[in-house]
Amino acid sequence: MIQVFNFGIATAASLFFPLHPPAASTIAPQVDYLYYFLTAFTLFFTFLIFAFIFYFMVKYRRRSEDEVPEEVKVSIPLELTWTLIPTAICALIFFWGSSLFFRNARPPANSMEVFVVGKQWMWQLQHANGAREINELHVPLNVPVKLTMTSEDVIHDFFVPAFRVKEDVLPGRYTSIWFQATKLGSFMFECAQMCGAFHSSMHGEVIVMKPDDFAHWLATNAPSQTMSSAGGQLFSQLGCASCHQEDSSGKYPQLAGIYGHQVTLRNGARATVDEGFLRSAIVNPNSEPVAGYSVSMPSFQGQINEVQLLDLIAYIKTLGAARKEAAIQ
Amino acid sequence: MSVAVAELATRSRVHYLNESYGVKSWLLTTDHKRIAILYMVSITFMFLVGACAAALMRIQLLEPAGAIVQPETYNKLFSIHGIIMVWFFLIPSIPAVLGNFLIPMMIGARDVAFPKLNLLSWYIYIIGACFILYTLIYGGVDTGWTFYTPYSSTYSNSHVFGAAAGVFIVGFSSILTGLNFIVTVHKMRAPGMTWFRLPLFIWSLYATSIVLVLATPVLAITLSLMAMERFLHIGIFNPAIGGDPLLFQHLFWFYSHPAVYIMVLPAMGVISELVAAYSRRRVYGYAFVAFSSFAIALIAFLVWGHHMFVSGQSVYAGMVFSALSFLVAIPSGIKVFNWTATLYKGSNSYDAPMLYALGFLGLFTMGGLTGLFLASLSIDVHLHDTYFVIAHFHYIMVGGSVMAYMGGLHYWWPKMTGRLYPDKWARFAAFTIFIGFNLTFFPQYILGYLGMLRRYAVYPAQFQALNVLSSAGASILGVGYFIPLVYLIWSMRYGREAGPNPWRAKGLEWETASPPPRENFEETPIVTEEAYAYPTRPRAVRV
Ligand SMILES: [Cu+2]
Ligand SMILES: [Cu+2]
Repeated sequence: MIQVFNFGIATAASLFFPLHPPAASTIAPQVDYLYYFLTAFTLFFTFLIFAFIFYFMVKYRRRSEDEVPEEVKVSIPLELTWTLIPTAICALIFFWGSSLFFRNARPPANSMEVFVVGKQWMWQLQHANGAREINELHVPLNVPVKLTMTSEDVIHDFFVPAFRVKEDVLPGRYTSIWFQATKLGSFMFECAQMCGAFHSSMHGEVIVMKPDDFAHWLATNAPSQTMSSAGGQLFSQLGCASCHQEDSSGKYPQLAGIYGHQVTLRNGARATVDEGFLRSAIVNPNSEPVAGYSVSMPSFQGQINEVQLLDLIAYIKTLGAARKEAAIQ
Repeated sequence: MSVAVAELATRSRVHYLNESYGVKSWLLTTDHKRIAILYMVSITFMFLVGACAAALMRIQLLEPAGAIVQPETYNKLFSIHGIIMVWFFLIPSIPAVLGNFLIPMMIGARDVAFPKLNLLSWYIYIIGACFILYTLIYGGVDTGWTFYTPYSSTYSNSHVFGAAAGVFIVGFSSILTGLNFIVTVHKMRAPGMTWFRLPLFIWSLYATSIVLVLATPVLAITLSLMAMERFLHIGIFNPAIGGDPLLFQHLFWFYSHPAVYIMVLPAMGVISELVAAYSRRRVYGYAFVAFSSFAIALIAFLVWGHHMFVSGQSVYAGMVFSALSFLVAIPSGIKVFNWTATLYKGSNSYDAPMLYALGFLGLFTMGGLTGLFLASLSIDVHLHDTYFVIAHFHYIMVGGSVMAYMGGLHYWWPKMTGRLYPDKWARFAAFTIFIGFNLTFFPQYILGYLGMLRRYAVYPAQFQALNVLSSAGASILGVGYFIPLVYLIWSMRYGREAGPNPWRAKGLEWETASPPPRENFEETPIVTEEAYAYPTRPRAVRV
């Protein structure tokens, strides 16, 4: 009965409401397939259990107070059957769900980068050319987009239902997700992690545009400075340049070309210099000191905000790119 | 005439309820049966407070922009609803009420191993509850029942201290109850009551007690660390002062996932008793059902990371936690299949407790299977923190645990009070709860996949129709819970005399008078048979 009832609700509901949100990214239809498989599986087993319960309850209902039921022996093969078959099905679902997750865990190398900073209760988004948006994100159609995200205060979570992507946005570190939009239009994004009074108002829209339109939008919204040039300015303003410049005597780490490379830490461990490493090297320089340098660097914790940090990191990344290009020439 | 004499005899008989009167005789009692009643009254009161919060939430969600309260207030409503329902209703419900009343009786003991400690557990519960009520009256807490950092430890302006202290304190009540049960089951069994003659309810509560004793201290540690950061500014979870925000989640779920089974395992124990009693046969696959409780208790400690698939934890950790989460579903499945098989060739009745048990089977199956959605990584990414999760755990906690608690209460009510309730009303209430429950929570599965998020005071307008449906269902559910409250209280005075064994059920608790005497049994029973030794006739041979 329950499943008839529920199925009834689901069917009636489907006449009035969609059963899934718009599927507007490359992974959305793949997630939906698995979802519908699981839904069918759930309905089937609920039906099955209830069919048995109904049949037994009717067929073997108590007919008199003194009736003595017939003996039933426990069958080990039966016990094994209903242990092993569900185990096999669970294994299948596990592999299906995990392989999909694993395949989508890494953004493609050619992804367009966007930086996201969440704070109570708004989203700041920034494109590499410096274009900034609040609670809106313009992206081109059919281009992979990678979001590098962090928070100014508590934990937030960036969720785009139409793209089937979600990831927590944490203070003090970077997390990232990526998607490739497959439909034009605007799709809501929401904060999914309870973050205070106006948590439910912390939403915005992803606007998917044709690549040409997007290029136009990006050009018209470009500020005078790209992220890396803003970062370069900060680099000299904050006095970073006085130690970390090209011609220093080897007393301080050289930053050119360091991005993406491995370094050895003072405790002997190896670490790859990525956004997260650079972030903690700036705000918390003594947590993972690089081997071979004795002078400690002052912390910039609380002196620059997350947006400025992202600018600085963008600048340090260009230092690397410049040297690599030079090396190729 | 003999009937009248018998009636007079039961009235004048001394039992645990009438052996002494007065407030003091209750507040200083060390009788496990009276302590069970104290717990029952307290958790019913807390349930009503938690339910009021839920009712206000459902009214708020009738309109996308929020029908009655500001978002801050809504945040406090869902926080107090969660905190009360988890720690002050569900966790103590079956163990502290039914477990306290029944464990000594089922194993043929006079009391639990440490009767004074048992009373202390109740007082600790009451102190914890006072902290929560203080928090509620003086402005509430808005962190959600999960107290995630750094919001709770740094940013929230609400009464985090009162709420966390209440939860911290009530944890010790759980630990002492668990300890008491473990020792009781080991040391107090009547002669002849071997481990494999124990009712499955005892196996379940024994497994639960182990989880209570091992997991609850971690909760206490976690909340103390959070308080240290909030009040002493020691950087533990807030990265701005050198902490790690995810550490809190690891610690919290290391307790809170096992806590799910603290709430579910006792319910499973109750269902085993109900299914056996109303089909008049031994639970099919007794050993499989007993050991699956231990499999669940063990694996429950290894799956906490499935709450953190989108928290930025490593992909590989996610895969391990996903695999283990699938594994923990198997023993639950085994139980459902064995209960269903028990009905085969049974002498199945339609008494109200049985209807609750059948309701449990259906709703728990749905809840368990939808848990598989959340265990698979790529689906969970989409469903995490949506109403799908809300629907899933309400199917387990309310559709499962509360149904079992209600079923158990109806089954043992005649034993506890000596009176029968009106059966027709009881069946009507069970049916109303079932319908109301499905109407409330089934639409939330659909809402969740559509992208409606939990803890949202306001929401996009396209979700309104399903939310209205859910709120309408909640009003039916509310009526369903209200009916038993009325007729159970009514039955204490006006109900028919139950006699020692109105259901003709097996089990030591049915071999003594109802209500039982202070020392449970006139003389210590000697056990000579298996649990659920219902008579059967040999298999019919077809010619
Ligand atoms: Cu947020
Ligand atoms: Cu869990």
